Amino acid sequence: MAVISRGFGGHRRESDPSLPPGQYLTTDFPVLSAGPTPRITTDEWEFSIATESGAVHKWNWEQLHALPVVDVDTDIHCVTRWSKLGTHWRGVSLDTLFEGVDTSYQYVMEHSYGGYTTNVPLADLMGNKAWIVTEFDGAPLDPEHGGPARLLVPHLYFWKSAKWIHGLVMQKTDQPGFWEQNGYNLYGDPWLEQRYS
Amino acid sequence: MSDVTTPQLQENGVAAASAVDTTVWRVGTVVAAEPESTSGRSLIIDVPGWGGNLAGQHTDLRLTAPDGYQAVRSYSIASAGPGERIELAIDEVPNGEVSPYLVEDVMVGDQLELRGPLGGWFVWRPEDTGPVQLIGGGSGIVPLISMIRSRAAANSTAPFRLLYSVRAPEDAFYRAELERPAPGLDVTWLYTRRTPDDWARPAGRITPADLAAATLPPSENPMVFVCGPTGFVEAVADALVGLGHPAARVKTERFGGA
Repeated sequence: MAVISRGFGGHRRESDPSLPPGQYLTTDFPVLSAGPTPRITTDEWEFSIATESGAVHKWNWEQLHALPVVDVDTDIHCVTRWSKLGTHWRGVSLDTLFEGVDTSYQYVMEHSYGGYTTNVPLADLMGNKAWIVTEFDGAPLDPEHGGPARLLVPHLYFWKSAKWIHGLVMQKTDQPGFWEQNGYNLYGDPWLEQRYS
Repeated sequence: MSDVTTPQLQENGVAAASAVDTTVWRVGTVVAAEPESTSGRSLIIDVPGWGGNLAGQHTDLRLTAPDGYQAVRSYSIASAGPGERIELAIDEVPNGEVSPYLVEDVMVGDQLELRGPLGGWFVWRPEDTGPVQLIGGGSGIVPLISMIRSRAAANSTAPFRLLYSVRAPEDAFYRAELERPAPGLDVTWLYTRRTPDDWARPAGRITPADLAAATLPPSENPMVFVCGPTGFVEAVADALVGLGHPAARVKTERFGGA
């Protein structure tokens, strides 16, 4: 039984069934990152998927945009407890990017420009659940929010949606990435409140 | 980052030796509350079972209303080291849900719950002997004062510099403490809206020139910790990289929301 904090509760937020446990609604778009924002131009941007065979599948900016671009409307949930509902993105589904990729590994390490990494099971990137996005709310994605391109995996806490995405490397086992080595959960399901390790 | 090795918290003496469970909620009792600025307050809280914390870590804080409604927020810890007494410093977010309660309502003797410490990245350890540049904006001073206190408690001789940006003189947290710095700690104040009388630098937002003039240069290879609101952190981190600091030597923490 939790202790009662005397006098607390007068300014509570409305509850919303769209909010996972322990989250509060924000209309801002807060930023969380560990260091300076990398400045990557679309000319130099490149994305790759590397597999256990040594194959590296690469896309530059034009090649990415030659693929089917889809609209994504989704809620996002940051481990620092803000959630933002009904966000609008445009990008390319990971299902599309993985079409020609042959791998038997079940885990993925996401690598960003700047060195950030985060791990995710391959199953969480497949089935219309994850995208490489380049637009937010109808405008090119700002660098501080991960532009020119970030991963979007909105059913997991938002640190799994790596900003400044540079590539995916298939992993035989589920190895921890950057935040996962710094106290955060290996998987990060917001509905199960898997915040910390 | 793949090129940075980050020891697990458990390898450090603070939390590890006692194998304290950092995932459980502990009941804390407020033992002191002091105003820190026109909009902030520090709280000293006794937390039986707390296993100590590293400088720069944060804690989850949970409030429960009489009808069972709960709200949780994360706050940086202003204190560091072993022991079951911690200090937080909270800036009131207008129309916030939790911060107004902590700044205006909570009283000595009141209870709340804490879980932690959390975070293993934005931390300074007393065994780190290299030069450190701290850059804080507003209540972003909180994890930095924790590092300053940790350095003093350890009698560390690591060179420390602090650049602290506030809107106006009365907005500073921990002013008295920062005006009597320990040897080897150099403090520079910067005012963005109104300066004290006879202050050479006009009020204004921090610029690359301020950073070049009042922070450790890249040639000394400092570890740089930047904490403040997002716009401040973005501007400072960009300028530091522009001055030649490797991105991997610039650690940032931002706050926003409520």
